[in-house]
This record gives sequence, C-alpha cells and structure tokens, in this order.
Amino acid sequence: MIALHGGETIPVVDPTSADGVFSLLWLIIALPLAGAAILLIGGKYTDKWGHLLGTALPIGSFVLSVVMFFSLLGRADDDRQVSQHLYTWFEVGHLDVGMDLLYDPLSALFLLLITGVGSLIHVYSIGYMSHDPRRRRFFGYLNLFVSAMLMLVLAENYLGLFLGWEGVGLASYLLISFWQHKPSAAAAGKKAFVINRVGDMGLSLAIMMFFVLFGSTSFTVISENVANASETQVTILGLLLLVGACGKSAQFPLQAWLLDAMEGPTPVSALIHAATMVTAGVYLIVRSNFVFELAPHAQTAVVVVAIISIFWGAWIGCAKDDIKKALAGSTMSQIGYMMLAAGLGVAGYAFAIFHLLMHGFFKANMFLGAGSVMHGMDDDVDMRHYGMVRKAMPITYLTFAMGYLAIIGFPGFSGFWSKDKIIETALADNWLVGLCALLGAGVTGFYMTRMMLMTFFTNKRWEKDVHPHESPSVMTVPLIVLAALSVLGGVLILNDWIVDFLAPVTGVGAHEDPPLPALVISIIAVCVVAVGVALAWVLIGKRDVPREAPQDVSFVTRAGREEVYGNLINDTLVVNPGRHAVAGSLVLDDKVVDGVLTGGPMAVGALATVGRRVQNGYVRSYALSLLAGTLIVVLALLAVNLT
Amino acid sequence: MDFVKPSIEYAEIWPLLVIFGVACLGVVVEAFVPRERRYLVQTVLAALGLVAALVGTIMIAGELDVLGDGQARGLIGVEGSLAIDGPTVFLWGIILVFSLGGVLLFAERRLEGGVSAFAGQAAALPGTEAERQASTRGLEHTEVYPLMMFAVFGMMMFPAANDLLTLFVALEVLSLPLYLLCGLARRRRLLSQEAALKYFLLGAFSSGFFLYGVALVYGFAGSMDYADISEAVSNDVGNSTLLLIGLGMLAVGLLFKVGAAPFHNWTPDVYQGAPTPVTGFMAAGTKIAAFGALMRLFYVAFGSERWSWQPMLWVIAILTMVVGAVLAVVQTDMKRMLAYSSVAHTGFLLTGVLGVQQASQLSDGEVTSMQAVLFYLTTYGFAMIGAFAVVTLVRDSGGEATSFARWQGLGKRSPLVAGLFAFFLLSMAGIPLTAGFVGKWAVFTVALSAGAWPVVIAAILCSIVAVFFYVRVIVLMFFVEGEPEGEVASVTRPSILTSATILVGLAATLVLGILPGPVLTLAAHAGEFVR
Repeated sequence: MIALHGGETIPVVDPTSADGVFSLLWLIIALPLAGAAILLIGGKYTDKWGHLLGTALPIGSFVLSVVMFFSLLGRADDDRQVSQHLYTWFEVGHLDVGMDLLYDPLSALFLLLITGVGSLIHVYSIGYMSHDPRRRRFFGYLNLFVSAMLMLVLAENYLGLFLGWEGVGLASYLLISFWQHKPSAAAAGKKAFVINRVGDMGLSLAIMMFFVLFGSTSFTVISENVANASETQVTILGLLLLVGACGKSAQFPLQAWLLDAMEGPTPVSALIHAATMVTAGVYLIVRSNFVFELAPHAQTAVVVVAIISIFWGAWIGCAKDDIKKALAGSTMSQIGYMMLAAGLGVAGYAFAIFHLLMHGFFKANMFLGAGSVMHGMDDDVDMRHYGMVRKAMPITYLTFAMGYLAIIGFPGFSGFWSKDKIIETALADNWLVGLCALLGAGVTGFYMTRMMLMTFFTNKRWEKDVHPHESPSVMTVPLIVLAALSVLGGVLILNDWIVDFLAPVTGVGAHEDPPLPALVISIIAVCVVAVGVALAWVLIGKRDVPREAPQDVSFVTRAGREEVYGNLINDTLVVNPGRHAVAGSLVLDDKVVDGVLTGGPMAVGALATVGRRVQNGYVRSYALSLLAGTLIVVLALLAVNLT
Repeated sequence: MDFVKPSIEYAEIWPLLVIFGVACLGVVVEAFVPRERRYLVQTVLAALGLVAALVGTIMIAGELDVLGDGQARGLIGVEGSLAIDGPTVFLWGIILVFSLGGVLLFAERRLEGGVSAFAGQAAALPGTEAERQASTRGLEHTEVYPLMMFAVFGMMMFPAANDLLTLFVALEVLSLPLYLLCGLARRRRLLSQEAALKYFLLGAFSSGFFLYGVALVYGFAGSMDYADISEAVSNDVGNSTLLLIGLGMLAVGLLFKVGAAPFHNWTPDVYQGAPTPVTGFMAAGTKIAAFGALMRLFYVAFGSERWSWQPMLWVIAILTMVVGAVLAVVQTDMKRMLAYSSVAHTGFLLTGVLGVQQASQLSDGEVTSMQAVLFYLTTYGFAMIGAFAVVTLVRDSGGEATSFARWQGLGKRSPLVAGLFAFFLLSMAGIPLTAGFVGKWAVFTVALSAGAWPVVIAAILCSIVAVFFYVRVIVLMFFVEGEPEGEVASVTRPSILTSATILVGLAATLVLGILPGPVLTLAAHAGEFVR
C-alpha cells in the first residue's frame, strides 16, 4: 500500500503465482495468435474456412476469459492478483525481462470486453466482408489485433505492454489500409502509423526511465519502489506516459489520425478505433495509477488534455456529414471523458473503466449499425444521402437507437450511469471541470441526435439505384447483442459493484461529497442533454436536409468540417518544417557528407593503385618483400626492447 | 646406451593417428585398387576417417582433466611434444569439420561433367597430346585424397605442437601436400602450376627463416620445449638479442602461413591459381591451424615476454588489415578478391591475438582473447568454405568464371545462388545477424580491453573499406542495369556434395550470427593452453 495524503491509499501490485484455471492464461493470447499465424502463413489454402477458424479462436478466448472471471470472483478481495511467468524474454546486463502475465480485476474486465466485443465483431465481419476477395487475410489481421491487445492488457511489465502496444499499432496500420488499392486508405494507414510513433516515443522513453530509476520494468517492482523517486521524476514519467496515451487514444494533440482511420473496413473501426485499441491509453493511465497518484501535476495535464479532447471531438462530430467520421469525432470525445475520469485520480479510475466498457458496447453497436446502413446503401458514407432508412432497415434502426440513447445518457441506459458518475466526480473535484463535462454531455446530445435524424428520419435523399435492405442475420445478431448490452450495461454500477471490484487495483478513495446532491446533478445533466437534443430537432429534424452540404456556413461549422484544423496545425507546426529540414539535410548530405565520403574512397583507390604495383606476379619481388618484412619485424623487436 | 620407450598417450591422440592412418591407407589404395573403383574407395575412406576423428575429438574434449588453477584442461603428452588441451581439441574439431567440407568439394564431379576439378594427368604438359588424351579418357587423380589427409594431419598437429621441432615438422607436413594440390587444377593449368611453384618457393624461403629462428631460440634457451623456453625467458638467462631475433624469425614463418602483410604476397596468386575446392579447404584449414600454432607459441613459450612482441603484432595487424582491405577494392577477380579479404581477416584475427591479457586482469565473464579468436576462426571458416563453394558453381564455357564482368546480373539469372553468396559476403563484412558480426565484435572487444585502441580504430576503418568491396559484388550481381559486355556466367547445378557444403556453411553462418551463445560458451570452455 502506498498511503497518500487525504487518507487515500493505492495498492501495490503484488500477485500470487497462477494455478488452477489461471495457468491457462497464456492460452487466451495464444489462441488468436495461432489463428493469425495459420491464416497469414497458410495463405490461400485457408481461404475456404479461414474466417470460421478466425472467429472460433477469439470465441475460445472469450470462454476462457469468462471462466477465469468467475474463478476470480470466487476468490477473496485481497487475493485477486495472479501472475504467470511464461519464460525469460531477455536478459541483458541488469535488465531482466520476463514474459510474465498479470491477471487482476482490471485485466479481467478488459479481457471480457476485448474477447466479447471482439468475437461479436468477428461474427459480424463474416457477413460484412463476405464479398471481399481478401476476407481470409482480414480475419488474420483481426486475430493478430486481438492477440496483441490481449498481450497489452495481460502483460506484467511495461515491456510486455509495449509489445502488445506496438502489436495493436501494427494491426491497426494493416487494417486501416486494408483496402490498399485506395490511395486514401494507404495514406490513412501511414498517417496513423506516423502519429502513433510520436506517442510510442513517449511510452518508450518512460520505459527507459523506469529502467534507469528502478532497474526494472515490472509493475510489481515499480509500484513497490515508486514512492522513493522524487516528485519531479515521477511527474516526468507521468507526462511521458500521457504522451503515449494521447497517441494511442487519439487525444489532443495527437488526434488527427483517428478520422482518417475510418478508411478501414467498418468492423475495424468498431473494434479497434472505437471499442478497444483506442482505449489503451486509458488503460495505460489506470494501470500506472501508482505513478499518477504521486504526480499531481501530471494528473492535471491529463485532465486538461481530456477536456480539450472532449470538445474537440464533439465539435467535429457536430459538423461532419460522413457518418463514420462523425462517430469517430464522438469516440475522441468519449475517450476524453474516460481520460478525464482517469485524471481525477483514485475517485475516478473505476468510473473511467466503467465508461470505457459502456462505450465499448454502445459505440461498437453504433459503428456496426453504421456499417449495416452502409452495407445497404452501396457503401455510401454521406449522411446527406441517407434519410428515412428506418423503414428499410428496422433492426439496424432499433439497435442503433439503443446505442444512441445510451451515448446521450438517456436515463436508465448504460451511458447514463457511466457519464453521470464522471460528471459527479468531476464536480466534486473542481466545479469548472465538472461544468465542462456537463456541457460536453449537452453537445453529445446534439450531435448524436443530428446523426440519428439525418440517417433514420427526415426526407429520403437516396442516390439513384440504391435500394436499402436489412442486413443478413449474421450481421444483425451481433447488433442485437450489443444493443442489449448498451441498454443493460449499467447493472455493473449497482451497489457500486465495479468500484469495489476494481478497488484492489485502483485503490480506495476518500469519499468526497459533490457540491450538490447526486440526484440533482443527474437531473441537471438530463436537462442539459435534453437541450442539446431539442436543438438538433429544431435545426435538423424540422427542416429538409439539403443533399449537398451548404457552403455559406459559419466559421464554427467550417472549422468542424475541417476537423478543427487539426491537420492544418500539424502541417504548419510539424510537417512543413519537417519537409524543409529533410530538404536541408538532403542538401547537406549531397554536398558535405558525400563530399567527404567520396574523398575517402578516392584516397583508398589511389593507395590501392600504388599497392598493386608490389603485387606484380614475380616470385623474386615477393621474396624481396618477405625479406624486407623480416628485417622490419626483427628490427622493430630489437628497437622496442633494447632501447 | 639405454633406450627408453617413449610413453605415448594413445587415448588422447588417436584422432591424429586415425587421420595419419587413413592417409597412409590412401596411398596403399592408390597402389592396389583398380582405377575405376578408387574414386569411391578414396572418398569414402577420407570421409569416414574424418568423421571418426571428429567423433574421437568430441569424446576427448569431454574427458580432458582440469588442471591446477582451473584455467586449463588437458595434458602435455608424447614426451612433451604435443599438448592436448581445450584449444587443441576445439581447433581439431573445426579443422575436421571444414576438412569434411573440403572432401565433399573435392569429390564433386557433376560440375565438370563427370570428372573432378583436378587435372586428369598432372604429369602431362599443358597443351600436349598427352593432356588431351588424359582428358578424353576421363582420367583423374584420386591421390588428392591422401594428399589432403596428410595436410589435415599436419593441420591438426600444428596447433598441438608443444616444442619447436614438432612445430616445424607439422608446418612442413601441412604445407607440402598443399603445394602439390595447388598445382593440380584441371583448367588453366599453367596458372595453377605457377601458383604451386610460387607457393612452394616462398614457403621454402619462409621455412628457412623459421628454422633459423628455431636455432636462435634454442641457442638462447637451450631447449626446444615451450615450457623450458618460457622458463628461460622469464628468468632472463642469456643473450636477449638472440632471443628477440629468434622470436622475430619464428614469427615470420608463422605470419607467412596465416598470410599477414608483408608476407601475404603469395595469397592472391595461390588462391586464384589453385583449384577452387583446394582454395576453400586451404583458406579455412591453414589459417585455423596456423593461428592455433601462433597463439600457442606466443602465449605459452613467449607469454612472459608479452610486452616485447605485442607492439610488433600491433604494426603487423594494422598493416595486414590495411593491405587486405585496400587492395581488395581494386580487384576484378572473385577469387583474388576473396584472397585479399582473407588477408584482411588475418589482420582482424591478429587484433584478437594481441588482445591477450592475464586472467587476473579480466573481469568475470569477459571474453578472452583465446575465446574471441577461436570463435572468429569458426565463423570465418564457414563463410570462406561456403563462398568458395559458390564460386565453383558459377561457370561459363571455359569452366569457372571468376572475373567480375561475368558475374554481372547473376542475381537476376540465379537469385538463390547469388543470394547465398551475398549472405556469405555480408557475414565476412560483419553485418549484424551474421556470424561475422559477432566474430568481429569479439576480437575488437578483447583488443580494446587490452588497451590496443589504435589497432581497433584501424580495424574499424578497414571494416568500413571492406564493406565497400563486399557490397560492390552484391551490387554487381543484383543492381547493375544494362546488358553486360561479353559472355556472362551462369550457375551449374551441383550434386548434393557441394549443395550440402554450402547449406551447412549457410546454416552455421546464420545460427552463429543470431545465437552465438553456445559456440562462444564452447570456446570459453576450451579455456587456456596447458603450460
């Protein structure tokens, strides 16, 4: 236990060795990894059944995760950390890194989310990708992603986490640019990769610093010793981890890749860029709670980044006509909420994870719903070409509506509980932060209602020859399951279950009363959301939506369409100076470096031409050189030793 | 006069005797077995002998006794003339492995259309009717196998020799068969015979120096035995000028064998002229044996006089690396280029040799000079045999095409073979993930820890130059655009014999690059010389 001022404590990581069913922990990662290996190495021989195998293996992992989850529940509260040492990964000098896995309440919940939602999305993909000639490869990449993500959340040390971190980055890159024949998809993959490098650099610097400070990268060792480090050191660590988290979770200022990432197939957007991978940053911060709790300044930075991201994403969501990009803006905004909660410390960690899970359900649901709509609309993503789809696709409509009600926080739905808790905690911490969170909820209500209306209501604006139809049941069944989860997910908060469950990881907070009673806050939040919804109804629902996006719009809308000039900012601040630096270094390379280097070979060449003359092929001159050499050797020996 | 029966430790030296026996038996086979059956009998005999000796070596390696301070294992046997210790058996092991590769290359008959790479009738003058007849009758010399076995016998004895006379005998036993083998090429016979004669003349010349050195050192120490010499040196009896001149002359004889500058001139001519299988065998085997002998002589007999010979080796090492790397840059013949590359490798190996330190000066687990050189020799041998084996495959109408111009665009015509060759070259250049990198790293480390940083800087600069000429060949094979002028070479499909040699070389080079640990441990386990 590390005691903090104010009576809060955060537990150190102190797992027991895995036994019983937990000794199968490695299998959870290995199953999808084997799938990826078989599908990617097996090549066309696995075309026929590859998608079925690729779906079965994550389901296997899900079953194992469920079994382990209940076994964990069967244990005492203080005995819920289990670790498994697989093998020594590498050992260099004093750095001894084991391939160790850690199973605790936090990773247990993540396992359920990743394998559960992941399996549903695999099932959905069977239908969604049925006409794609490279479906088998798609499933290979998806399996690779799942295994890497599981590695990320199961690792017992930062290097193992980093392995998964890079693995999901790779899978994300491969899947964003899956339709590589489209230049925009290829460029999007590259962009995601490059921007993620910035974040990864932060994480890898943090790992190096862990090693320098604590001689280890293991959570167990670091959490035990972190209190010995100075506050400055811990703050730097926290900021570096935050940079890493921003990159992966598309938080300001590393958010620009997420919207482009929507070039990937929609199941990818649902699984990787909504439900799981992008939440890895939140996981990183919650997992590193032992660092952040000792670095209040870093926590403040997390909160600031989170609030900027909430509004930045929401702004984009309000203005985009591309349904996937609007959802992506919303994802950024919702992850902002999770980061906010994580930045609030012990009081907020559990709610961050709670919102993360709920978001995983309803956002995956809505992305898959959007995919279903696109499937019916000949892959058109422009909401201005939708309208009245609810008649043609009733199941998609209903399930989407469940997701919609969940995300805006309609009372009783999952999002209501999770967002409400975050607003409440934020208000208790700082009224300004709380106000921002509250306002963000209203904007969410606005942009989600706009999307709902433009897609499923209002006038028909379909392209010619488009005949929307309901998707096959292999796609709608996952939608229904996810819709059910979106509605009912809130049960996890009953009796503060999730808070208590996560307490062995996140610690127990000193209870701080919010400035207003919880019920009042909830009512205010619902009212704010209602205002947002009403505004959307007045502005969009009551008018005809034009097929072409109007151009004479306010600055606010234009900025939103341009993703709040994120790309412009990157170009001006980084890309263009970078280009100039590259051009400059090219000139430097051509003129200076090459000049020096061509001088070297010329000298060598000249030397060689001289040396060659000795090698004239005559034994007599060879013998002479032998004799001369002997003289040199003998004289050198004498000169060195007899003087 | 009393005659005392010498005590001979048969249990420890029997691999040596097996090789010698097989060589003698080979001579008998030549006399009594009909000509058409000799090929099969000789190859099988040689291969079995080598395998038996290898098995014996491994068994002996496991049974050597640990001596006194635990640094060394083994014994000095045969009345003090042979030292069977860790380094000896390690060197025996790799010499035998590379000799097996040599036998396989010698036995290759598919490349020349049913005959070996050796002259049909060595006694027939080039260009005469007799030569034509010999070649139309499909004659071939199976004497090469006993000759080779005698050379292997010499190579094994060389690093084990523990007195100066045995050392000299081993030197000659190893050299004489090689002189002959060099002159036996089937094609370009004049070049081959010229090479043999040059090698012989220069070899004889350097042996003269060596023998004179033996005499002078005997004059100083009053004994041929390494242990006695060492004692005399540390007690500083007698005339040290005598010792230093003798030491210098002994060094010349050995440096000639390893091909260090300025005693390297024979290398390119001989490597080019000799039949390529012989070149591969000799490049690997001679260098290993001679480095073993060099280290034993310098470490054991003159170990306490380290400060007097280390500066000399510094100079020789730098000179050798510079000459090898620089001259290789302007070569246009593959075999000559590889010859200069082997000169450069000699320089790198000397860098390892001069990095010797007292065991007490080394921190725990640090790579020793011995370990580094042994490992380097292993990686070098695999890459060299593999590279020369590939050279035997690349042919045009006139036999092996060794000129660079012929190799242009080989990567497009035969990507597999060109890729293998490129891999061996990269290993020789010391690119990470190949064995050569680990070898270079090891020798540089020991030299640096012994304070020889000027040598290491020179070595690094020479490595950079070396990368240039290795990569030039890769560029030539893969990246040169446009039609080559004149005839180009193509790859002839070899039999399993050559393929196996290449594959073993490839596998070893790759494995030693990625997982050097086991062999490094083995080399460390070899320990120090017995004294």
